[in-house]
Amino acid sequence: MINYLFDPAHWSGADGIPTLIGEHLIYSLIALAIAAVIAVPLGIYIGVTGKGVFMIAGLANALRALPSVGLLILLVLLISPAFPSKMGYILPSLIVLVLLAVPPILTNTYAGVRAVDAAAVDAARGMGFRTMKILTDVQLPCSLPLMLSGVRSALLQIISTATIAAYISLGGLGRLLIDGKAQNDYSQMVAGAVLVALLALFFDQLLAFITRRVVSPGLTRRTVKATLPSGEVIPSETAKTPTAV
Amino acid sequence: MIRFESITKAYPDGTVAVNGLDLEAPTGKLTILVGPSGCGKTTSLRMINRLIEPTSGTIYLDDQPTSGMDAALLRRRIGYVIQHAGLFPHRTIVDNIATMPLLLGESRQKARHRALELMERVGLPETFANRYPWQLSGGQQQRVGVARALASDPAFMLMDEPFSAVDPVVRAQLQEEFLRLQREIGKTIIMVTHDIDEALKLGDQVAVMRVGGKLAQMATPSELLTSPADEFVADFVGRDRGYRSLGFTAAAGSVAVGEEWTVQLGASAAEAQAKATGAWVLVVDAGRRPLGWAQPEQVHGELRKEHLNLSGTSAQASGTMRQLLDAALSSPSRRGVVVNEHGELLGTVTATDVVKAIEAEPHLETAR
Ligand SMILES: Nc1ncnc2c1ncn2[C@@H]1O[C@H](COP(=O)(O)OP(=O)(O)OP(=O)(O)O)[C@@H](O)[C@H]1O
Ligand SMILES: [Mg+2]
Repeated sequence: MINYLFDPAHWSGADGIPTLIGEHLIYSLIALAIAAVIAVPLGIYIGVTGKGVFMIAGLANALRALPSVGLLILLVLLISPAFPSKMGYILPSLIVLVLLAVPPILTNTYAGVRAVDAAAVDAARGMGFRTMKILTDVQLPCSLPLMLSGVRSALLQIISTATIAAYISLGGLGRLLIDGKAQNDYSQMVAGAVLVALLALFFDQLLAFITRRVVSPGLTRRTVKATLPSGEVIPSETAKTPTAV
Repeated sequence: MIRFESITKAYPDGTVAVNGLDLEAPTGKLTILVGPSGCGKTTSLRMINRLIEPTSGTIYLDDQPTSGMDAALLRRRIGYVIQHAGLFPHRTIVDNIATMPLLLGESRQKARHRALELMERVGLPETFANRYPWQLSGGQQQRVGVARALASDPAFMLMDEPFSAVDPVVRAQLQEEFLRLQREIGKTIIMVTHDIDEALKLGDQVAVMRVGGKLAQMATPSELLTSPADEFVADFVGRDRGYRSLGFTAAAGSVAVGEEWTVQLGASAAEAQAKATGAWVLVVDAGRRPLGWAQPEQVHGELRKEHLNLSGTSAQASGTMRQLLDAALSSPSRRGVVVNEHGELLGTVTATDVVKAIEAEPHLETAR
């Protein structure tokens, strides 16, 4: 494995490791973006209006039980005849990844919006906030921690599952697994697995970092250094009941 | 002025929460809605800022019907304090308080400045400015809620059980501070409570509601105590209403204050014995402020702090009959300590003197 990873020959060319990582990331991030565009507004809508709550449990569970490889092959059979190019393979892969990522984002966004303190929303309305402002100023910032943790688990799933694209002769780090298996080259397979794990770990940390930056310490109950309006710095008390992000 | 004109609210499930309510909350006064749980107090309050729409009837704000107004703009004219404060958990205290000024288009700097001013006004230290709501106690959060409602300096305020989420000691303290604040700012306030003592203590006038959403009586606190409209009001106002109504009767000069000999700490047992009336002698400090009562026979050597009995309350001469009577009843010597507004001793009264003065008073005069 070490040998495989440190062999300079594997780090260049059309099927070199950087290319594979690049492909892997592109599939993953496009899928995540599409999933977020679908699941976040839907989760907010259901959370705010309470309409379609049945979808959350039903759809989420159904999608979770999805056999990804089986679905991928089915979709290729259905879709690829319509697209002569590589698109006929890329599209099915993306659909599978999106379907995997929607449930965690949807359920967490919904749960996040539901969990917003009803008294805070009531106070906002009572002070004369209009519906849109309540959403942008109160409901969204307060549901951000849960929403982002949904995005985080979705991205982990996508990165680890994006390997299946290689089944249908596309790129990505799955190549190392499939080709390694075909060539009985265990070091190549292990290298692929390790790279996927590292990639997942890196993005998990990145999202954790982003979460810490954008979520108010008032919600995570993190202890922050408080500054007086005069500019003087005072340490605030330590958190009594720290909650995980 | 806020005026209800035959307001009825029937919820979709058929519950009639408020039934033909006529009510007027005069400008600059604190009007309290009080009544048993489920009698429609919250519903009535929330119809004013149209968080709930009445089924029929009209509510007027300074003679303008609210039904024709834009609901959001109407709400921005009315400060609103809810039971559990309802602070924004993701915003700091200063930003929470600055919410309304910002909404009304003030600059950030001005809004924050105003918020800091209000923190001082409601007794929150400046160091809390950049804390988040979870770092505050319930009572402190409640103060922030009041400050937030005051920040836009609205002419009207609605308060739904603003002091109910805190323990009795903190509640009494918040009530006192709120009374003081209202004396300064004189807003038109409607406050909801289910605690009759709070209603009597705070209200300029009190509206007692009965289950079914009907007004049982609207009167000043002392009127409620001395002439309840019916059995329901009498029961609701409570058993010891006779005694409590004394809390609205000014003592001012009607009770003769007797002279009382005093000693200071450090006095000898003999001196204490000489100054005592009966078994007890009153101990004061160098400024003639009462410290407590002592029994000379228990003093050996000199009179020290540990000899003091602190059970007695003291009443201001300008206070109420209730305070005078309580001073007499709580004193171990049965002589109630009376002080002036600086806390300096004027003399003592006995319960008999107070009761005589009460009986001599044909019609009760209210203290405020
Ligand atoms: N949304 C609603 N739908 C149906 N009935 C309601 C609704 N809100 C309140 N009610 C009913 O209307 C009546 C009055 O309720 P309201 O909340 O105004 O009472 P309240 O006087 O504030 O009581 P409490 O002291 O317990 O707060 C109650 O019987 C209550 O069950
Ligand atoms: Mg209520």
